[in-house]
Amino acid sequence: MLRDITLGQYYQTDSVIHRLDPRVKLVTTLCYLISLFIVDHWIGYVIAGLFLLLVIKLSKVPFKFMVRGMRAIVFLLVIAVVFNLFLTPGEGEPLVAFWKLTIYKEGVRLAAFMAVRLVFLIMGSSVMTLTTTPNNLTDAIEKLLGPLKALKVPVHEIAMMMSIALRFIPILLEETDKIMKAQIARGADFESGNLIKKAKSLVPLLVPLFISAFRRANDLAMAMEARCYHGGEHRTKMKPLIYQKRDMIAYGMVVGYLAVCVVCGKVLW
Amino acid sequence: MGIIKTKDLVFEYIRRDEEGNVEGITRAVDEVSLDIQAGDFIAILGHNGSGKSTLAKHINAILYPTEGTVWVDGMDTSKEEHLWEIRQEAGMVFQNPDNQIIGQVVEEDVGFGPENLGVPTKEIWERVEESLKAVGMYEFRKYSPNKLSGGQKQRVSIAGVIAMHPKCIVLDEPTAMLDPNGRREVIRAVRALNDVEGITVVLITHYMEEIIYANKVFVMDKGSIAMEGTPRKIFSQVEKLKELRLDVPQVTLLAHELKKGGLDIPDGILTTKELITALGL
Repeated sequence: MLRDITLGQYYQTDSVIHRLDPRVKLVTTLCYLISLFIVDHWIGYVIAGLFLLLVIKLSKVPFKFMVRGMRAIVFLLVIAVVFNLFLTPGEGEPLVAFWKLTIYKEGVRLAAFMAVRLVFLIMGSSVMTLTTTPNNLTDAIEKLLGPLKALKVPVHEIAMMMSIALRFIPILLEETDKIMKAQIARGADFESGNLIKKAKSLVPLLVPLFISAFRRANDLAMAMEARCYHGGEHRTKMKPLIYQKRDMIAYGMVVGYLAVCVVCGKVLW
Repeated sequence: MGIIKTKDLVFEYIRRDEEGNVEGITRAVDEVSLDIQAGDFIAILGHNGSGKSTLAKHINAILYPTEGTVWVDGMDTSKEEHLWEIRQEAGMVFQNPDNQIIGQVVEEDVGFGPENLGVPTKEIWERVEESLKAVGMYEFRKYSPNKLSGGQKQRVSIAGVIAMHPKCIVLDEPTAMLDPNGRREVIRAVRALNDVEGITVVLITHYMEEIIYANKVFVMDKGSIAMEGTPRKIFSQVEKLKELRLDVPQVTLLAHELKKGGLDIPDGILTTKELITALGL
């Protein structure tokens, strides 16, 4: 049950997008997010929407998975839309005016843009997390941040920590479950009372959990040393990231997409 | 000189209070001298706190001797320059399978050791394949370690060590957290390594059933070696084993009691089959 938790909601299937180098996906997502904020015209959003649809189609991930991520931001979305709608000052006649609330043309425009932006933003990053394993993502981050090594940033160590953390999340979750049951069996109460009481009742859960986590960390460090781990130097990779032809094509498409966005913005605005 | 040799090995744990003053010294290993030949299957037996795990950690240069010397393949473990070579030659498998698997996929974990050694990518894949096949876990190579049973996880850990091409492998109570099935799986894998690949095995355990296959057994008590010899020789001294708070296998105990009762049975019966033959049934 608990061990079935998949992190980063990876959707297992075989598609062009899945096979792309994780670096490409990461860079593309970043570019896409930036593009959403530089375009300022409905044509730009139509292009962004088409691009997103194309990628989703290629990724073979069912559309409902994309929408699933949206539930978490519904609240945020509503607030953003309402505030933009009512609080944007405009020139000329208000479209609607009752009591103290007025809606101007500019407000409708901004609210609509904000909604579209947020929806695309969430969907865009969902496509990445649905098609890339957390492991690959860590590798990509390590490789992309590589140049920072020159500035003495411990890039390899950060990536290693991230991947170990990912490996231990299910283990620690299971452990939490076990400790919780053990404490309940001894009469602990995690359910009732107000917020403060609930928080206090977590102490007998967190203390053993932390102790066990430290013990595990100690064991793991010893096991890693016993297997000759000594940092990122002179280390080879079992699965090195190597750009294929399709990755270059993908980069080309992203550049093309950005160019179209910028040109549309310039010409039409 | 054998592949692993210790001479008058002493290791002391120093306990300190909060100010860092020495509170007491515990001698975990006391004047141990061993000589293990390449290709041997050695079992080290002892109850909790007998110093067997501390001894094991010296072979992998995780701990350094307080006094005395440890040589692995002729290299002194206290010399820093040999450190990585020693750790490559003497692999180590620990007790808790969850706390020694680093990778999120079985094959990546097995590849971790070779990656650290700087083995070229193509060779890593070959090594991963052969070591997973050696422990019979090849079909699980794409699995997440979290979905495996304890015995399977421990076999993955063993594969991770084999992939580093060690000359000997030290297993520190690898079966302590496993169920009987898992224990059997792991011991079978370890025996195969010794028989087929000719890797020297040092198995540390407190399960008597597991030492039957060893060439030589050392029994530790209070940091020093209390008994040594073949499993048969060790098991023939039932009274002494009981004194050392070790459980003798049921068959051996039964044979011992029968002998005491006046039946003519040889000493040190190890298996049910042997007892049946000895009784002429």
